[in-house]
Amino acid sequence: MKRTGANILLESLREEGVDTIFGYPGGSVLPIYDAIFDSDIRHILTRHEQGAVHAADGYARASGRPGVCLATSGPGATNLVTGIANAYMDSVPIIALTGQVVTSQLGKDSFQEADIVGITLPITKHSYLVKNAKDLTKVVKEAFHIATTGRPGPVLIDIPRDVSAALVEPEEESPLNLPGYNLPDVPSKNRLEEAVRVIMASKRPVIYAGGGVVNSGAFMELQQFAEKIIAPVTMTLMGLSGFPGRHPLALGMLGMHGSKYANYAVCSCDLLIAVGVRFDDRVTGKLERFVPEAKVIHIDIDPAEIGKNVKVDIPLVGDVKNSLAELIKRLKAKPSGAWQDQVQNWKKEYPLTFEENEEGKLKPQFVIREIYRAGQDRARIVTDVGQHQMWSAHYYDYTRPRSFISSGGLGTMGFGLPAAIGVQVACPDELVFNIAGDGSIQMNIQELATAVNNNLPIKIAILNNGYLGMVRQWQELFYNHRYSQTELINPDFTKIAEAYGAVGMRIERQKDVAPALLEALAVKKPVVMDFLVEREENVMPMVPPGEPLDKMLG
Amino acid sequence: MEITAAQALVRCLEKENIEIIFGIPGAAIAPVYDALYNSKIKHVLVRHEQGAVHAADGYARATGRVGVCMATSGPGATNLVTGIANAYMDSVPMVVITGQVNTERVGTDAFQEVDTTGITIPITKHNFLLKDPAQLGETVKKAFYIASTGRPGPVLIDLPGDVTSSKIKFKYPENVKLRGYKPTYRGHPNMIKEAARLIDKAQRPVIYAGGGILNSSACGELKQLAETIDAPVTNTFMGLSSFPGDHPLYLGMLGLHGTRYANMAITECDLLIALGARFDDRVTGRISAFAPGARIIHIDIDPAEIGKNVKVNLPIVGDVKQILQALLTQVKKTERPEWHRRILELKDNYPMRYSREGGLKPQFIIERLYAETDGDSLVVTDVGQHQMWVAQYYRFKNPRMLISSGGLGTMGFGLPAAVGAQLGIPGQQVILITGDGSFQMTIQELSTVKEQKLPIKIFILNNQKLGMVRQFQQVYYEGRYMAVDFLFHPDFELLARAYGIDGFTIRSEEDAVSMLPGILESPGPALVNCLVYPGENVSPMVPAGRGIDEAIEFAEGENTL
Amino acid sequence: MKHTLSVMVENQPGVLARVAGLFSRRGFNIDSLAVGQTENPAVSRMTIVVEGDDRIVEQVTKQLHKLIDVIKVGDITAEKYVDRELVMVKVNADAGQRGEIMLIADIFRARVIDFGRRTLTLECTGDEGKITAFEESLRPYGIKEMVRTGKVAMLRGTRFTSVENSGLDQDVE
Repeated sequence: MKRTGANILLESLREEGVDTIFGYPGGSVLPIYDAIFDSDIRHILTRHEQGAVHAADGYARASGRPGVCLATSGPGATNLVTGIANAYMDSVPIIALTGQVVTSQLGKDSFQEADIVGITLPITKHSYLVKNAKDLTKVVKEAFHIATTGRPGPVLIDIPRDVSAALVEPEEESPLNLPGYNLPDVPSKNRLEEAVRVIMASKRPVIYAGGGVVNSGAFMELQQFAEKIIAPVTMTLMGLSGFPGRHPLALGMLGMHGSKYANYAVCSCDLLIAVGVRFDDRVTGKLERFVPEAKVIHIDIDPAEIGKNVKVDIPLVGDVKNSLAELIKRLKAKPSGAWQDQVQNWKKEYPLTFEENEEGKLKPQFVIREIYRAGQDRARIVTDVGQHQMWSAHYYDYTRPRSFISSGGLGTMGFGLPAAIGVQVACPDELVFNIAGDGSIQMNIQELATAVNNNLPIKIAILNNGYLGMVRQWQELFYNHRYSQTELINPDFTKIAEAYGAVGMRIERQKDVAPALLEALAVKKPVVMDFLVEREENVMPMVPPGEPLDKMLG
Repeated sequence: MEITAAQALVRCLEKENIEIIFGIPGAAIAPVYDALYNSKIKHVLVRHEQGAVHAADGYARATGRVGVCMATSGPGATNLVTGIANAYMDSVPMVVITGQVNTERVGTDAFQEVDTTGITIPITKHNFLLKDPAQLGETVKKAFYIASTGRPGPVLIDLPGDVTSSKIKFKYPENVKLRGYKPTYRGHPNMIKEAARLIDKAQRPVIYAGGGILNSSACGELKQLAETIDAPVTNTFMGLSSFPGDHPLYLGMLGLHGTRYANMAITECDLLIALGARFDDRVTGRISAFAPGARIIHIDIDPAEIGKNVKVNLPIVGDVKQILQALLTQVKKTERPEWHRRILELKDNYPMRYSREGGLKPQFIIERLYAETDGDSLVVTDVGQHQMWVAQYYRFKNPRMLISSGGLGTMGFGLPAAVGAQLGIPGQQVILITGDGSFQMTIQELSTVKEQKLPIKIFILNNQKLGMVRQFQQVYYEGRYMAVDFLFHPDFELLARAYGIDGFTIRSEEDAVSMLPGILESPGPALVNCLVYPGENVSPMVPAGRGIDEAIEFAEGENTL
Repeated sequence: MKHTLSVMVENQPGVLARVAGLFSRRGFNIDSLAVGQTENPAVSRMTIVVEGDDRIVEQVTKQLHKLIDVIKVGDITAEKYVDRELVMVKVNADAGQRGEIMLIADIFRARVIDFGRRTLTLECTGDEGKITAFEESLRPYGIKEMVRTGKVAMLRGTRFTSVENSGLDQDVE
């Protein structure tokens, strides 16, 4: 039976198990929206396409399943660009569907035409411009396969309007044929055995774990691995929630805003076991001074990450979960010793702290601690980007995978609220917090309407300091207190909340924090909590840019 | 004396007489922000980089000068993409400055790194990734030159943090040498002569004038030509305000939602004089039915536009203003009473109309705004039905009085563009007419309006729907409405107050008549939520794939939900 | 029909991406593209073979010309020019067949540049017709691997294309 391209698309999505699409309609996607009309796939109408792509991203990060977003051609498609880049940097599987002008108008600067495939070449794992409706079955199948396997990432499918409207006989399903796309298996036996020898010989091992642990579902394996060799575990921002935050071996985050004990441990180790990480500049500090003495084992699914920034002694290319399991099988338990004591001493000596303010004024770190008390292990924390993000990394102990969701590699302000929407849609019965800054929250504030519209009871905590705080901190420290364009004159966030039909609260003193959180958690609606915090608090410790990890301020 | 490249950049901008920059700081662009700290250039801090680029765009369109915006690397840069594409499609001169990660990190997926120049290749006139700080002056000079000459467009300069931090000797070149870029300004004399001959020979000429008229400041010449050769003038959407809206020779807008008499005139003409226009699909409808009996003269600065969509009989490449000046010395003063009678007949047979039954009509608000402002306001719009109603019912008197996203059709363009326009022409009354969908896309810039104390008057024609898509679903999809109903909206009046701005709601014609004068005269910004009849359609409308002479109108009762 | 464009560009990073992106974006088909330095190290020259009618090629030329880094575009299809392409072919060659293959190589003035136990690798230059004929002649033996450079072209006689001044004025007005 003949069907429209749009119907074939929707059936293929259904086949892939898609239950939700985040999107915004427009002229070039009309046939697709008409097909959604008859579909049981849920469509969530955002208020800006950036909201749709971040929501799909949040959905994917929380559920581990690919997120799907849909936008029209031209501005609809270009409004996805930041979100696609964001998912690309953090290896998040999303499928971005875009409408395109009819094929006969392609390349002619037609109304709402943008070369979205060209624009997104540097920021997608792969992309398609579909010119024949018959190809849709195959394209969708390939797209989901590519997005979700290996190192996950965004795939874009651009569909001209005449293609989604065309009536065609769908192609028979055929097996995937992607000769240019090969997935690494587990590392070779030789490599694994070499790694085991080095691990057993090491005196001061440190595990440096990243988002790959979360992506491959290696939470249990990492814990077993660390316990077997009694190696302390430090995490990248992306790896937080990949290892229990309160575990005795947990060192918290490393890097520019890492804990002192994590950075000291990394600087002193004789073996760095890097698991699903990519030696980002925010992690390594000055490259030449990053673990110069240590041997490096690097486990990663993406061979291109091996040796990209740092020389690796033993590369283990493969799935993190399987690779760890192979190592665990081969390793003998190692005893605890002086190294482990040394690390524990550092933890005691250099704890993450902040000065509590006697006048009862609000410290942002205090607010995070209180959110932790209120949310504990049951909350999913979604942050924006900036100082509050680092404090959320420092002062909240994440104990289960995918409970910390944040824009890492791209550092996208405005990610938080729409991502929290996606998280709440994926996990309808869970407690979802969006911890935001006053700068970040404004970037996609329109999505409050989406949250209210869909009865998503997200709790939004704004750490409001009236600054673009992270940039202000840099200007304070490295530009001689010359605060150029970082002070914000803000709207009344509580009134904004009320205008959107959400609940608004303002909290100015320490003692009001816990009761306010209690009240907010009791409400079955989105709540905006405007915490007026100390304005010039800095994120500490801090490794100044270009310095080695052990040269920390604070 | 050596200064940092960032300081040199600011000096370059001062040399280019840049008075205002829109942007948001971030780590990679921090050296430039530090250099701006002591500069006399005003920096406007927006709330999302999309706001910065649209504001620079609005500034450029209002003033005719180059707009400048700035953002940091990574998300800052990608947040500009829509706005850059928007400026590219509408040929708006703009220089975009982005921070980039340090050169030794470029290509390593560093924190907040994206391949900004790669991403923007399809949507910039040109772009630069500056690796050698010594090249700064030359690069900036080239960027402004390319952005503002020929067919204008956006140019991007990507500046790694280590480049802007390094010390250089400042030198700003007087001239640029670009062997691959030499725009043609003077039209070919033989072609111009031939054009004059064709015009003199024609019985039923129509002038089809686009945004190129505004870009080359040829409005005076356009009027003179129309009056000399006695030819009616129709505008593309981008060309609106280039010809007086109340002129007897004026036909209004043509195309998909054009007036029927403009479209009929095109169909019946024997000579089409296309000036600074590009035969966009929204203008031509079915190509084979577009001006079927006409010879076509196409005057444009961009040779690649000639013959791109439509076969042209006489192309003249060059600056529209210069060519019209030359042409005016050669055409004969003519009168064409017969063609006039026919045009009047068409105007009588197919008038622009809407019914005032059924509730507050959006067109009514626009007509009132026109009447109250006497057509002297600078009108900024968003994208959708309201945009078309503005094009149909507001008659622009003076050039550059309409600022709107044409080619890309970017919802959310309006508010930030109005910010840029108001800052560009401080004394000018600026009205933003927007829709409830568009307005929400960049609503955070209300903070910028408040902070900059801009007396912009914002009118939301609120039908609680994505109206244009709804109209399409009614016409093409049998009323199977999907994802066009905003089940929920914020309380816009309350929202305005949250941002410290006066909020109003207009529910009826009476409200409109009584409230508009006071609102328009108030000294500060105001946001007016106009609750209009939600089922109104933009009429007339040329159905997809039809000729522009086959427009349909929505009769009474067809404007239903 | 096929057109041969001679495109002079600034020798700068990213130029190839700009040109390739333009072709893909505008939906123009490239048959082959060869690029390399010219007598002036600041300038590279691309020889692009495109398929399309005159109107499409006119658009290609104009759109290419809009790229700031493109200095000159010439459609030399109708001119007198010489063109060459280089091909490398690895062909099955058992002991018994080697003689025949060498003979073919001789006819085409190809050279053996490598040999394996059961293969010969040949190099041949020529215009498109010759290269195609060469390929066809070897096909019966079984081509294991083949790579063509794409064609490069130059005007004949005293006429020349260069950036500074030019015997071929194909600049688009």
